Amino acid sequence: MTAMSMAQALNAALRDALRADERVLVFGEDVGPLGGVFRVTDGLTKEFGEERCFDTPLAESGIVGLAVGMAMGGFRPVVEMQFDAFAYPAFEQIASHVAKTRNRTRGRVTLPMVIRVPFAGGIGGVEHHCDSSEAYYAHTPGLKVVTPATVEDAYWLLRDAIADPDPVIFMEPKRLYWSKEAFSPSGRRRAPGFGQAVVRREGRDATLVAYGPGVPVALQAAEAAAADGVSLEVVDLRTIVPFDDETVTSSVRKTGRCVVIQEAQGFAGVGAEIAARVQERCFHSLAAPVLRVTGFDIPYPPPKLEHAHLPDADRVLDAVDRLQFDDRPDVVHLSREAS
Amino acid sequence: MSHHQVAGLLPAPDPVRFVAEDGTAVDPPAGYRAPADEQLAEAYRLMVLGRRFDRQATALTKQGRLAVYPSSLGQEACQVAGVLALGADDWLFPTYRDCVALVARGLDPVEVLTLLRGDWHCGYDPAAARVAPQCTPLATQTVHAVGMAEALRRKGEDAVVMAFVGDGGTSEGDFHEALNFAGVLRSPVVFFVQNNKYAISVPLARQTAAPALAYKGVGYGVRSEQVDGNDLVAVLSVLTEAVRHAREGGGPFLVEAHTYRMDAHTNADDATRYRDDEEVERWAAADPLARLETYLRERGLLDAAGVTAAREAAEEFAARVRDGLNADPETDPYELFDHVYADPTPQLREQRELLAAELTAPEE
Repeated sequence: MTAMSMAQALNAALRDALRADERVLVFGEDVGPLGGVFRVTDGLTKEFGEERCFDTPLAESGIVGLAVGMAMGGFRPVVEMQFDAFAYPAFEQIASHVAKTRNRTRGRVTLPMVIRVPFAGGIGGVEHHCDSSEAYYAHTPGLKVVTPATVEDAYWLLRDAIADPDPVIFMEPKRLYWSKEAFSPSGRRRAPGFGQAVVRREGRDATLVAYGPGVPVALQAAEAAAADGVSLEVVDLRTIVPFDDETVTSSVRKTGRCVVIQEAQGFAGVGAEIAARVQERCFHSLAAPVLRVTGFDIPYPPPKLEHAHLPDADRVLDAVDRLQFDDRPDVVHLSREAS
Repeated sequence: MSHHQVAGLLPAPDPVRFVAEDGTAVDPPAGYRAPADEQLAEAYRLMVLGRRFDRQATALTKQGRLAVYPSSLGQEACQVAGVLALGADDWLFPTYRDCVALVARGLDPVEVLTLLRGDWHCGYDPAAARVAPQCTPLATQTVHAVGMAEALRRKGEDAVVMAFVGDGGTSEGDFHEALNFAGVLRSPVVFFVQNNKYAISVPLARQTAAPALAYKGVGYGVRSEQVDGNDLVAVLSVLTEAVRHAREGGGPFLVEAHTYRMDAHTNADDATRYRDDEEVERWAAADPLARLETYLRERGLLDAAGVTAAREAAEEFAARVRDGLNADPETDPYELFDHVYADPTPQLREQRELLAAELTAPEE
């Protein structure tokens, strides 16, 4: 099995979906001959023709609105918003139509469509290229919100998103586009479907809950903690909506402590929702307050300062240190040497 | 683009007109054909029906049977012509002010009023009627219409999509994106602007500095026309040409109809705060239904018996609307959770149970 990057896995997922179902269409800005600015649609126009993978005028609301009409007409559009913050012009279409059409037609009109959003930072991008915009979508009933953290999930979750009967906001962590794993799309599927979180690493002392770009950070922190004899469990949500309460709560009930990680600014974010849900469900199992490790409540900083903003393994380990291990003399104080 | 190409896109300098306000025929510009007599008779019948429906809905709103009703009184020529220009396989993308068009399309009037009577869904089956849900956000439906047109074209269907939009809606970004997308893709779509002169209270002069809204198509390479929106014969003729143009591969077409919203924005609005009675009276003299009636009578296409028959049919229709709306709608609070997703999420199932516990708890 050869190594494949996340961008290549996404490309393979689109290619295989286009092959499997003639109703699938791909369109957006620069997705045609260029293959997308991150090359996720590379070669699709060449293989499937302009009717099935095409460039549109540069207007995000129009792109999403076009997809709504095409989905109403029986197609399964997969559209690309070039960058997170460039999706905002489409927000009315997403919040008022993509999310609500099934409901306002009593299930008679459904919109099986995927909006791909390259999101979050860590790539040295300039302003408006690094927003973590997942909370806007997760707060909107009617949308499913997905973010892969592994190459395998990138492939299978995108295939699932395209096959899903509901509209899916598919959030691709930009800084993981080039991360590689040994993976073959034709191999046996191991990835579970929507609504199922996965324990990426088992542990007993505390649970780290993360999604998308936060997952590698959590795993790095867990690795560093292990060196100090602290055992951290890492839960990868995979789909923010639907949310898997069961996997998260069963992990926290086991470990008794929880740190939620998100790259986005913290206030009113997805992490706040997770923290609230954990304490609502696991109160009697908790030995310490649920903590959040997030970006700061600032507009995404410039490339030379993003390291100061982004949650890293050290910030995660600091939070783990604050989980009141007074009753656990076996858990040592963690050193800040993760990164 | 050459001057010649621009000229081919430009609307007529004055709105196309077949019938003057007093009901007498005038010479229309070249390129537009008068609709067939039978179609005009059908249009008359539907306009009488539509107006009676509109009056009934307004009355029911005053009685509290509808939560709100945006009247299209005075716009019947536009709404009926828009529907008659389309075939059964064509799609219509209406706004919230287009209930008369929907009943002209043959939809059940009680279903059409479902949302306005206070339910959460659009009432009718959009796919069966080929009528999209009435759109409340402004101009967002215009891009959906382009998408549907592209879907139909790709499926090899010989169908056209018509998007209704108002004068206020032409200021929204989506209207421009829709024209631009349709122009680039050469989509079989007709954009039909009912310029009724007001966006709630804001008059057209505060909406645009364009010589006419129809000129907005030219910059997008979209053929455009303007028409007297209270002249059914003219609106039907122009829209028929627009639909033919789109169906035969000519690409999108923009039509602006100059009409007037005789009532306030809705029953909740007070139009006396922003327009004077003289203006409303001037437009009352240009009434589209009276004009068509005079025209048809003078041409021997309608007689007193025909008028009576149309009015009686409209009264029967209004009675159906009354009967349907005097019964309380059957609303199911649990269904609020059923159509958010194909399958409710675990969280929605929990919330449904929570609501059930609240609703079935014994009163204290």
